[in-house]
Amino acid sequence: MKSCLVVDDSRVIRKVARNILEDLGFEVSEAANGQEALDVCKAKAFDSILLDWYMPVMNGIEFLRALRALPNGKGPIVVFCTTENDISHIQAAIEAGANEYVMKPFDSEIIQAKFAQVGLL
Amino acid sequence: MKPDDFDFASQFFKDRSGLVLTREKAYLLESRLMPVARKKGLKSLEELIAAMRVGRDSVLLREVTEAMTINESFFFRDIKPFDLFRNTVLPRFLQSRASKKALRVWCAACSSGQEPYSLAMIMREEAARLAGWRNEIVGTDISSEMVAKAKAGLYSQFEVQRGLPIQLLVKYFKKEGDLWQIDASLRAMVRYREYNLLTDLRGLGGFDVVFCRNVLIYFDNETKAKVLAQIRGLMPDDGILFLGGAETVLGISDYFKPIPDLRGLYMPTDRKPAAGTAALSQAGTPGA
Repeated sequence: MKSCLVVDDSRVIRKVARNILEDLGFEVSEAANGQEALDVCKAKAFDSILLDWYMPVMNGIEFLRALRALPNGKGPIVVFCTTENDISHIQAAIEAGANEYVMKPFDSEIIQAKFAQVGLL
Repeated sequence: MKPDDFDFASQFFKDRSGLVLTREKAYLLESRLMPVARKKGLKSLEELIAAMRVGRDSVLLREVTEAMTINESFFFRDIKPFDLFRNTVLPRFLQSRASKKALRVWCAACSSGQEPYSLAMIMREEAARLAGWRNEIVGTDISSEMVAKAKAGLYSQFEVQRGLPIQLLVKYFKKEGDLWQIDASLRAMVRYREYNLLTDLRGLGGFDVVFCRNVLIYFDNETKAKVLAQIRGLMPDDGILFLGGAETVLGISDYFKPIPDLRGLYMPTDRKPAAGTAALSQAGTPGA
């Protein structure tokens, strides 16, 4: 079973994402901001990470840069999932090492399509 | 709905577009035609069908046909056929057309343009190998509304998230308000035309590759056979036909046979198309 860490400061979004990902056969963990996610990632290697942009404490792009700098940080497939939908944000995410990018609002179809695209399904 | 009305509508759409509407699919009349009825100020499906029976309002007849035949589409749909196009079909033609340096691809029933634009993106990504080639992608659809949308190349955020890798979105699309527009240079690679597959297709010219995916499923076998025969008539003997995953030519047409090991791909058999169609199909491919 593949694992996915859902990183979002909204409990509702985490819940929605968890339901979708569990239906797709993922083992889901949650983190409420970038720092929490980074701590979890130091202890465990995830197959994939679904990542929000704006969060308190540490935002998504800071987390992604820190993750990719970790010894095993290149491993997880990172899919951004954010309301930021302009080219400059998307470009910045790709440069920081994001594999895919979902623009909110999302639904199960989009998550499924994106996860299939990056070879997670 | 009165059985008589259903029979009329069913026959009407079969004649106009080849669409086979079984009784189990009768609900589609309601869901797809009521928006048209409301637009025309009609109160019910019965009133709309009555107006169709009168048959004088050609705009109405066109609008109901378009509403019934609209299909969903997304970029790189089913992905496999596009990988095959890039990795197998394109290299094959790069070799066999090396002196001619021209390739014509047709997307039949291309809806809002995602399939032809997906192919255009692949060809652009392969630009180095295609330098000096004169290639053309033609997209046709029965719906003028779809053809207009395809030409504009404008897609909603939802549409660009279905099948399109984010790197290609960034590379080939610009944000226009809430929508995303595909780059003008890619739009220029595709020529769109309104075309009904049940009419004489010879005016389109010849094609080396034809994508006709998830279209034939709406037709009965006789219509499928006719469309396949016409496609064969537009193709050179080494042409390649892409059908949808749930479609086949087996038992329907002996003009095509599956290409071994390449799922969804078909090639012409030894059976030659009627002389008239073959001769005309050469018109669009000078030197073929």
